[in-house]
Amino acid sequence: MATKASRTAARLMLAPAVILLLGWMMVPLTMTVIFSFKRYLPMRGGDLGWVGFENYVRFVNSSAFWPAVQSTLMIVGGVLLITVVLGVLLAILLDQPMWGQGIVRILVIAPFFVMPTVSALVWKNMFMDPVNGLFAHLWRFFGATPVSWLSEASMPSIILIVSWQWLPFATLILLTAIQSLDSEQLEAAEMDGASPLSRFIYITLPHLARAITIVVLIQTIFLLAIFAEIFVTTQGAFGTRTLTYLIFQRVLESQNVGLGSAGGVYAIILANILALFLMRIVGKNLDR
Amino acid sequence: MGRIVLDQVTKSFGDVTVIPPLDLTIEDGEFAVFVGPSGCGKSTLLRLIAGLEDVTSGAIRIDGQDATDIVPAKRGLAMVFQSYALYPHMSVRKNIAFPLRMAGMDRAEQDRRVDLAASVLNLTDYLERRPGQLSGGQRQRVAIGRAIVREPAAFLFDEPLSNLDAALRMGMRLEISELHKRLETTMIYVTHDQVEAMTMADKIVVLRAGHIEQVGSPLDLYRAPRNLFVAGFIGSPKMNLIAGAEAAKHDAHTIGVRPEHITVSATDGEWSGVVAVSEHLGSDTFFHVHDTGLADTITVRADGEVGFRHGDRIHMTPRADVIHRFDEQGLRIA
Amino acid sequence: MARAATTQRKIINTAFAWMVGLLIFFPIMWTILTSFKTEATAIADPPVWFFFDWTLDNYRVVQERSDYSRFLWNSIIIAGGSTFLGMLIAIPAAWSMAFVPSKRTKDILLWMLSTKMLPAVGVLYPIYLIFIKFGLLDTRIGLTIVLMFINLPIMVWMLYTYFKEIPGEILEAARMDGAGLREEILYVLTPMAIPGIASTVLLNVILAWNEAFWTLNLTAAKAAPLTAFIASYSSPEGLFYAKLSAASTMAIAPILILGWFSQKQLVRGLTFGAVK
Ligand SMILES: Nc1ncnc2c1ncn2[C@@H]1O[C@H](COP(=O)(O)OP(=O)(O)OP(=O)(O)O)[C@@H](O)[C@H]1O
Ligand SMILES: [Mg+2]
Repeated sequence: MATKASRTAARLMLAPAVILLLGWMMVPLTMTVIFSFKRYLPMRGGDLGWVGFENYVRFVNSSAFWPAVQSTLMIVGGVLLITVVLGVLLAILLDQPMWGQGIVRILVIAPFFVMPTVSALVWKNMFMDPVNGLFAHLWRFFGATPVSWLSEASMPSIILIVSWQWLPFATLILLTAIQSLDSEQLEAAEMDGASPLSRFIYITLPHLARAITIVVLIQTIFLLAIFAEIFVTTQGAFGTRTLTYLIFQRVLESQNVGLGSAGGVYAIILANILALFLMRIVGKNLDR
Repeated sequence: MGRIVLDQVTKSFGDVTVIPPLDLTIEDGEFAVFVGPSGCGKSTLLRLIAGLEDVTSGAIRIDGQDATDIVPAKRGLAMVFQSYALYPHMSVRKNIAFPLRMAGMDRAEQDRRVDLAASVLNLTDYLERRPGQLSGGQRQRVAIGRAIVREPAAFLFDEPLSNLDAALRMGMRLEISELHKRLETTMIYVTHDQVEAMTMADKIVVLRAGHIEQVGSPLDLYRAPRNLFVAGFIGSPKMNLIAGAEAAKHDAHTIGVRPEHITVSATDGEWSGVVAVSEHLGSDTFFHVHDTGLADTITVRADGEVGFRHGDRIHMTPRADVIHRFDEQGLRIA
Repeated sequence: MARAATTQRKIINTAFAWMVGLLIFFPIMWTILTSFKTEATAIADPPVWFFFDWTLDNYRVVQERSDYSRFLWNSIIIAGGSTFLGMLIAIPAAWSMAFVPSKRTKDILLWMLSTKMLPAVGVLYPIYLIFIKFGLLDTRIGLTIVLMFINLPIMVWMLYTYFKEIPGEILEAARMDGAGLREEILYVLTPMAIPGIASTVLLNVILAWNEAFWTLNLTAAKAAPLTAFIASYSSPEGLFYAKLSAASTMAIAPILILGWFSQKQLVRGLTFGAVK
C-alpha cells in the first residue's frame, strides 16, 4: 500500500505528534534530572549549586521515606487484590443470563466516571464522618461507637475509596475478556465431563490470565500516581502519605525542589519498570 | 485501448527481491491470467501495474505511454479486489458512481452510466442498499460495476472469486467472461483456480518466485509445458512425473503423463499397481495407484463407470503420442 | 451461553446482580438524593430515604455562592479544548501509522505509550516553572495544553486501533477510482472512521474532565475547573451535606451520562487495544 508519495505524506503527518510528545517528555524530564543533582530551594536562596547524589541519599534516608513506601505498597496491593478478585467474580456474575443486564452493568460501571475529588469528598463526609456519616448512623443503630474512619482506620478507608473507583475498570475489562471466550471451548469441556468449578479453573481463568495481567499493570501505574483522593481526605496524615504525595509535599509545600526531584526520578524509574512489562504485552498484541 | 508493456520491471521490499527483472506484454483486448504458487508475486505484479506500489526499476507502459511515475488514479485502470473493497458507508449507487464523481462527471451522466451498469449486472433492484446488506455474489458485482462505469483501459482482478462458494463462482466466472467478450477491454486476472485460468484466459502467465516460467494460450501450456514446473502446475489432477529407467526408455530424464492419458484394465497393460484410493466423481473416477515401481503414486483418470476398489490390482497403459519428455534441467525435449 | 438457563437460576442471578449493582451504585444514588434534601434532613439519624420534601434550594445556593457555572465553563473549555487540539494532532498521526506502517511504527507506538506512564509528580516542578515563566499558571490555555499532552498517547492509540480495522484495500480502491489524498481522507476514510473518532473524543473528554492532579496543582481561582471546585468544599462547607451533594451531582452528571455511552470504548482506550 505504500508508494513514495504516500510515505512522504505519512511522515509529515506523524511528525507533529512525535515532536510535540518528545518535547513534552524530554524537557521536563531533563529539568527534573538536573534539579535532582542540585540544592534548590526556591523560597530560601534558589539554586545553591551542585550536590551530586546527596538528594538521592537524603530522600531515601529521610524518616518519611520508608513509611511512604509502605503505605504506597499497601494501597496499591490492597486495591489490586480487592479489585481483581471482586472484578473476576462480578464479571462472571454479569455474564450470566439475567433480566436488566444492561442496567446492572451501568450501575456497576458508574463509579469510574465520578471525578476523584467528588468520590473522595463524598466518602469522607457523607459516609465516613464520625458524627453525621452514614457509617456512624449504622454503627449507632447496632449500638456500637462510631469509628473515626479517616484517622483511626485511615489506610483501610483510603483503600475502600480507591477500590470503589477502580472496581468498575477491572470488572469491565474482565467482562469483555470473558465474553470473548469461545463458548464452544466450554461446551467441549462440558462434553469431556468437567464440572462447573473445574471449567472455571482450567478454562475461564487461564483465558482471563492476560486480561488480569493487563488490569494489574495498568491499575498499578494509575494507583502509584493517586493524588486527589489523599489530597482531599487526609492530606497525607495518619500514615497515608504515599510516595507521590511525599514528593508533592517536598516540591510544592516545603519547596525543596532538589530533594523532591530526586524522589521524582525514583518514581519515574519505578513506573518505567512497570511500563516495560505492560509494553511487552501490548507489543505482542500489535504483531497480530 | 489497453496495451500494457512491462519492461525490465523489478520490485524489492527492503532487501527482498520479489520480482527479478521481468518483461511482459499484454495486448489490447486480451484476457491475461496470472497463475503461480502462493507468494510467487502475482498480487505484487498486479499492484505494480495498478500503481499501488512503486517499481524498484524498469518501466511500465500503457498504450505506449510511460506510466511508471503516474499515480494510480491517472493510469486509467480499474481494479477489483479479493475483498471487494466496497465503501461500506455508501449505497450501491454511490459506490458505483464514486469513480465518476471523482472524475467530476455531471450528475445526469453519472446516473445514466450507473443505471446502465446496474442493468448489465442485475443490480437494479439493489441500488439503494448498503454493501452490508448484499450477498457475496452481489457485492462482487458491485465491485465489477464500479470498475466498468469508468470505461477503463484495462481491468485488474486479484482473485476476485475466491471468497465465493463453488456454484456462485461458476456463475460469476461466466459473467466475467461474457463481459470481456462484450467490452473487448484488456483484463488481467490473478487466480489460484485451474479452471478459471484454463477457461477464461486468452493468455496464461505462469509465475514462480517472481519469474515468468511460461506464457501462452491455455492449450499451449497444456499440450506443451516448457518445463517440469509448468507441467506440474497446469492440469488437474497433476501430471504424473516419472524418472529413472522408465524415462530412459523414452530417451529422457523425466517423462510426464497426464492422468487422463492413461487407459486402465483389470487384466493387462504396460504398468501395474495397487489401487490405494478411488475417488468417484460421477462423470469421472480418479485412481491413486501405489506399488507401480515408477513413482510414489500414479494418478489415473478413468470413466465414471470403471469400478476398481481399494486393494485391487490395476493395469495401466499410457498413450504413447502424448508423453512429455524432459531433460536433466527439467526442460522440455521437443 | 448457548443454552437457555432455567428460569429459577435466572431469577437468582438477577436478584443477586441487582443487589450488587445497587450496592456499588449506592454512594452515587445517595449523593443525588441528598442533594434534594434540606441540610437538616441530610444529616437526620435514622437517615431519610425517599420521603422528604424535595427541594432545589441547594442547587440555587451552590450556584449563587460559588459561581458553579464559571467552574463548569472552565471544565468544558479545558476538556473540550484539549480533546479538540489532541485530535488535530492524533488523527493524522494515527492515519499514517495505520495505513503506511514502517519498521518503526511499533516502536513509535510503544514509545508514545511510555510517555503516558511518566508519573506526573516526577515532572511537577519543571512544568510549574515553565508555567510561571510563560505566564500560564492558572490559565485555561495552559491547562488545556497539559491535558492535551497527557491524553495524546491514548488518543493516538485508540484511533490507531480503530483505523487498523479499516481494510487498506478500501483506500486503495479509492485511489484506483481516482481519489487524491484529500478525497481519500474526506470521502472514504473519515466517514468510515467516524464511530472510532467519536468514541475517542468521548473517552478523552471524560478523562480530561476528571483529571485531578494537574487541575489541582496548576490552577488557583481563574481557571479552576470542577475538580478544583469540589476540592474547595473539603471543609468546612463539606459539612453541609446537601450543598456538597448538589455541587457533586452537578460536577459528575454530565460525565456520567457521557460515560454510559462509552463503556465499550473505555476498555479499548484504557488497555491500549490489548483487550477488545
Ligand atoms: N509490503 C510488503 N513488504 C514485504 N514483503 C512483501 C510485501 N508484499 C508482499 N511481499 C512479499 O512478496 C512476495 C509476493 O507476494 P504476493 O502477495 O505478490 O504473492 P501472491 O503471488 O499474490 O500470493 P497469493 O497467491 O498468496 O496471493 C511474498 O513473499 C510476500 O511475502
Ligand atoms: Mg495475492
